[in-house]
Amino acid sequence: MIHNAFGLIYTGENNPRLKELTLSRSVAAVPFGGRNRCIDFILSNLVNSGVTSVGMIMQKNYHSLMDHLGSGKEWNLNRKRDGLFILPPFLTKDNVGVYRGSIDAFRSCLGYVRRCTEQYVILTGSHTIFNTTFDDMLRKHIESGADITIMYNEDDSFDVEDQNKDLRLHLNESGRVIDMELNPYRPKSNLRSCDLMIMEKALLEYLVEEAYSRGEYDFIRDIILKRCKTLKIHGYRYDGFVARLDSVNTYFKNSMRLLLAKEAGDLYNMEHPVYTKVKDEVSARYGSNAKVKNCVLADGCYIDGTVENSILFRGVSVETGAVVRNSIIMQGSTISEGAHLDHVIMDKGVTIRQKRNLIGYDNFPIVLRKNQTV
Amino acid sequence: MKKKIVAMLLAGGQGSRLGILTSNMAKPAVPFGGKYRIIDFPLSNCVNSDIDTVGVLTQYRPLALNSYLGTGQHWDLDRTNGGVFVLPPYMTEQVGQWYSGTANAIWQNREFVDQYDPDYVLILSGDHIYKMNYAQMLRQHQKKEAAATIAVIKVPMEEAHRFGIMNTDEFDRIVSFEEKPKNPKSNNASMGIYIFNWKLLKEYMARDDADPNSDNDFGKNIIPAMLDGGETMIAFPFEGYWKDVGTLSSLWEANMDLLGNPPVLDLNDPAWRIYTKNPIMPPHYVGDTAVISDSLVTEGCVVKGEVRHSVLFCGSIVEEGAVVEDSIVFPRAVIGKGCKLHKAIVGENAHLPENCIVGAPARDFDHVDNKLTGDITLIGNDVHLTAGVYVPCGAVVNQELIEQKEKEAAQ
Repeated sequence: MIHNAFGLIYTGENNPRLKELTLSRSVAAVPFGGRNRCIDFILSNLVNSGVTSVGMIMQKNYHSLMDHLGSGKEWNLNRKRDGLFILPPFLTKDNVGVYRGSIDAFRSCLGYVRRCTEQYVILTGSHTIFNTTFDDMLRKHIESGADITIMYNEDDSFDVEDQNKDLRLHLNESGRVIDMELNPYRPKSNLRSCDLMIMEKALLEYLVEEAYSRGEYDFIRDIILKRCKTLKIHGYRYDGFVARLDSVNTYFKNSMRLLLAKEAGDLYNMEHPVYTKVKDEVSARYGSNAKVKNCVLADGCYIDGTVENSILFRGVSVETGAVVRNSIIMQGSTISEGAHLDHVIMDKGVTIRQKRNLIGYDNFPIVLRKNQTV
Repeated sequence: MKKKIVAMLLAGGQGSRLGILTSNMAKPAVPFGGKYRIIDFPLSNCVNSDIDTVGVLTQYRPLALNSYLGTGQHWDLDRTNGGVFVLPPYMTEQVGQWYSGTANAIWQNREFVDQYDPDYVLILSGDHIYKMNYAQMLRQHQKKEAAATIAVIKVPMEEAHRFGIMNTDEFDRIVSFEEKPKNPKSNNASMGIYIFNWKLLKEYMARDDADPNSDNDFGKNIIPAMLDGGETMIAFPFEGYWKDVGTLSSLWEANMDLLGNPPVLDLNDPAWRIYTKNPIMPPHYVGDTAVISDSLVTEGCVVKGEVRHSVLFCGSIVEEGAVVEDSIVFPRAVIGKGCKLHKAIVGENAHLPENCIVGAPARDFDHVDNKLTGDITLIGNDVHLTAGVYVPCGAVVNQELIEQKEKEAAQ
């Protein structure tokens, strides 16, 4: 268990490639895997590692995220000492409340950082999903004497269309990062950053203040990339399940990976539970006409139709004779009798009326906005 | 700080008619309905009725119940003022004694209730499945200026002899009470839910406590004494689902009442949620080879076999080719490949390896004692069966039985 590190999560990322899914919420609050939101995995990783102080920087559309987090009770972060610190933007004489980038955001929360007594900071973004603990990574970081250690995994998939903060690492034999590419047109490395790094808190304070004084504002581009040669940056390899929510396409593909036992088993590793806001739904109820194959279903669903290769979030009802294939249906949606869906991503509370047909394709899933009716 | 009403939940029952299901836990801690334990129902009813102070009286195997209740946070009962409290029997300077009856349990904890100086006390039992608004009952109690209000439900006349029967006049005032009468005069059965004026109840309990011949029981002693004393006692008629799950067959039936369309008891009721401790498991997975109909399936389940008209609890696994029919599978039980289950209750963490047959008709040489079980077959908590074993209908399998069989086989 880690005792000398605190977590700092930046949820200010904007990602237009997620389209309708981020219309009313930040990337961190995007639902994933049937009953979770993106942030659940990141927070649970920190909590399962023993981290008891977590700062969360909010910027845009954070209402949905705040609602989900509450006091941090579900993650055991409602503490007298430490716990969850929500850091929304605010106006001061040298801070206009709107961050140009992550450096501005980190700078505005240096007050929280200074108050933390832990020596190390685990710095993470909010759109990369995996389930692990950081004990080993922190130990290796200290042993290697690196200034910064970045978690990466091997990822051969690449599509310029899906690119979002795609940071590629080039390592030498000792694991030191010797070169980096950000959003490369033709990547020369398949080692991708998992959007998570460890460094000493003092270094973070220094780098942020220094970069700010030069008018720089993006932590990755202006600090990590530019100082790649002067800072001793190491990579830490992670071999488990990693899902990057870079675009609607990758969201769809990564969600569908949960239908494979091995991948799902790795993400929902029983030793590291993934905590989330509890909704007290009843069990899923299957009617007498239900035909369900190869699906992940959350509680509160009512199924009396045919559902195949799909992920159903909490409280979805699929009425008699409705057919749902290769789709992701979020919380509280209803699919009425005789409707037929294929390759559809449905945001929360969508209603599909009787006998409606919606057919998307593998590389072009249809996305329905929250509370839409078809 | 003063409270208008405090609830006292009688959870002391061993529940011996539930057989080995309660060998290591009190009856209220027995799992129910896929996600719940029996005690979730009275606790959720309390919270939904704005009652925030609940004493849980327990004296049998309290560990499971104690750790389950925790700080009460799952029911929103982790309050600065009030909340949920487990109240076991305790020693004083002079004496200490077990709870000798339902009324004695409350009498021994009068100091707990007095802390809140309540006007009323609500007495509940921990072995019924129902959704009820106690606030309505309290409003009627206040309106009619009653000394006691007793919730009653109409039961079929031919079953009335199994209940405590309240005979009322046209104003719902109780004129007489008969415990399990041979020739019942009405079919208003007591649900074991009472509201008393606390000060008055204390007087009656004190008198009852002084009587060495008393059973210290609400139904047998306190209620008749109050009737004799001419107190205003009013019946509160309840309409809706109510089931005593004190026997294996009623526990099985109540679980089956959650299936069907619409189900007899629909728990999917956002206005009256039943709260429970969440297991923190992923959503359930249904495989390519699975067939599920008329069933409840919840978080953490993995289904690759056939599940028909059954209730699966969190983390239970049904392997390929297994058939689970009319059965209840408790948390984290594993049903191996090719197993066949019919009308069975499988305990928590039980493990059935390949090709077990459970609940099939008894063969000529099977000697099954099914006094408790009837036609339900019961596999106990933590039992590991051997592959291919045949468990006849009505049998009860626990770890001791398995060890005994193994010894016999060795000889």
